[in-house]
Amino acid sequence: MSEAIIKIQNMNKWFGDFQVLKDINLEVEKNKKIVVCGPSGSGKSTLIRCINRLEEHQKGSIVVDGTELSENTKNIEQIRAEVGMVFQQFNLFPHLSILDNCTLAPIWVRKMPKKQAQELAMQELEKVQISDQAQKFPGQLSGGQQQRCAIARALCMEPKIMLFDEPTSALDPEMIKEVLDAMVNLAKGGMTMIVVTHEMGFAKEVADEVIFMDEGMIVEKAETKEFFANPKSDRTKLFLSQIL
Amino acid sequence: MNKFTFLRSDRSNIQLVLITGTFLITISILDVFLNSFFRLNLISFLPSKVSFLTPFIIGMIGLNLIRIEYSGNKFLDILNKNINTSNFNAALTLLIIFLIFKAIPPSLSWMILDANISGDTKEACTGTGACWTYIKVWFRRFMYGMYPNEQHWRINTAFLLVIGMGTFGLFATEKMKKFLALYYVVIYPIIAFLIIYYLISGGYFGLEWIETGAWGGLSLTFIVSFFCLIFCFPLGMILALGRRSNLPAVRYVSIGYIEFWRGVPLITVLFMSSVMFPMFLPEDFFMDKLVRVIIAITLFEGAYCAEVIRGGLQSLPRGQYDAAKSLGMGYWKMHIFVILPQALKLVIPGICNTFLALVKDTPLIFVVGLAELAGMLALAKTNPKWLGFAMEGYIFAAIIFWIICYAMSKYSYNLEEKYKTDR
Repeated sequence: MSEAIIKIQNMNKWFGDFQVLKDINLEVEKNKKIVVCGPSGSGKSTLIRCINRLEEHQKGSIVVDGTELSENTKNIEQIRAEVGMVFQQFNLFPHLSILDNCTLAPIWVRKMPKKQAQELAMQELEKVQISDQAQKFPGQLSGGQQQRCAIARALCMEPKIMLFDEPTSALDPEMIKEVLDAMVNLAKGGMTMIVVTHEMGFAKEVADEVIFMDEGMIVEKAETKEFFANPKSDRTKLFLSQIL
Repeated sequence: MNKFTFLRSDRSNIQLVLITGTFLITISILDVFLNSFFRLNLISFLPSKVSFLTPFIIGMIGLNLIRIEYSGNKFLDILNKNINTSNFNAALTLLIIFLIFKAIPPSLSWMILDANISGDTKEACTGTGACWTYIKVWFRRFMYGMYPNEQHWRINTAFLLVIGMGTFGLFATEKMKKFLALYYVVIYPIIAFLIIYYLISGGYFGLEWIETGAWGGLSLTFIVSFFCLIFCFPLGMILALGRRSNLPAVRYVSIGYIEFWRGVPLITVLFMSSVMFPMFLPEDFFMDKLVRVIIAITLFEGAYCAEVIRGGLQSLPRGQYDAAKSLGMGYWKMHIFVILPQALKLVIPGICNTFLALVKDTPLIFVVGLAELAGMLALAKTNPKWLGFAMEGYIFAAIIFWIICYAMSKYSYNLEEKYKTDR
């Protein structure tokens, strides 16, 4: 059994008086693919945003790649460099070309020479099949292309973990497939992934484990086959019956 | 049906209607034109009040007649779509045309036809129009203030040098591009200051010392505006970031600063800078009046810049911050490469607004005894030899300020176009 790369213990988070996450315990091993699902407002997005500290947790501990998340900003920047993230709204930088979007962080955070960063970016863009769009600006691309570019941008940092925050929720149905294909390829390459999504087909295809969350708690955590074949809690059953 | 059908214009009687309509409009405009340019009154046989209104009524009927939808005539369609959509718009169109015709002859004759420019004394101005001789004689004063005539080359050279250094960015190679921001924010202002200080002020290298009290005219407008612009922009940027900082001390200092400077009138700030400020300085410490004024205006306008830039920062979606952070960028990297480029692009119109206001605020330095262009005018118009030419002076100044401001706003449009990357 390999070492856990993410270790979350008794993590609690409040937004003001409202408790969003309650006693989260989660361990993710290297190269595993975890899918997080659940109704909206259940804290899925907040959970993965806590992992690279886009949100602060108030209680408990989160250890990513051997470093505990704390007030120390240097630590956080290091962890963020190792943890790639893809957002629902793509969040590409609209003032930079696709290529510059991908090379910005490698050059200024990783201190990579510009030439090398560009080669790397072109490789990653090739993998998600938009290398021919490299000189365009994000505003000129379709939603699916933008999201694939966002995946490439995160991969250019050569992260150890990839977080996906509902990557296909803002896309047209015919564009969802192209993004999911890129994610499946990435999963086959052995990346550690945590994916918040409603795409159960994707979960069945690549996930090692599925987590079901409701009201800020992890209700059920099981191997993928087990999860879909015989869910234990009633809440999970209800949820699955509604979306499958 | 209606017995006025011949007045109803549609495609069936288009020829007739078009000819009649055009004829009426031509008559109406021609009447006003002749009346105003040649003092001919074609319809003087009518009572005066009627003859005043007649061209307008004739024009309205004409425009009404030619208002045909989908006439098939391209020119007519354009006309109807843009200036003749309804009776109200037709009336406005006519009135504007009349107004222009009425306004051109008097202003033309005052400014050019009846104006004088020859000679170099007041007596040369014999016409009823403007006396441009006055501007000609005082031209050097309006440009250079009380700066000695034989030393004007120093101001010219200094300006050429500063402008030359400013175009450096156009020739920068790919490698130097990295340092361009540093150059324009830090190095350029310092070099520009040194050039202006040593060349215009003098006192070194065998150049005669000329105190800043003698500087003036348009060149002083440029010097004050230039330094205030390049200093207040970075100051505003820092304050805007400070006001959004997570550190309470930084945030409250920024808020306090901005609210203080926005709350006081510029004229009192200028008074304070020249009258009160020296009292708080040690005896042997001397700071030139011009420098004090530039600092005062910079601090003042910096607060306005800060709020404009903050507006841009505010309008960026949170996702941009998230994305930059998730890539491991720290506060400064995030702002320099992701946030500020986008925010500043958004606030180009607002910044241009502030800068235009700044340039037009510079005449206020007259209250502390520095006479830039408008200040020199005020001095010149009270000169006993040249009384009574305030109008010419102010029109001259208005034209010059308009040219400066129009150039600035044109430049800001260009910048907007240049940095437009969405769609």
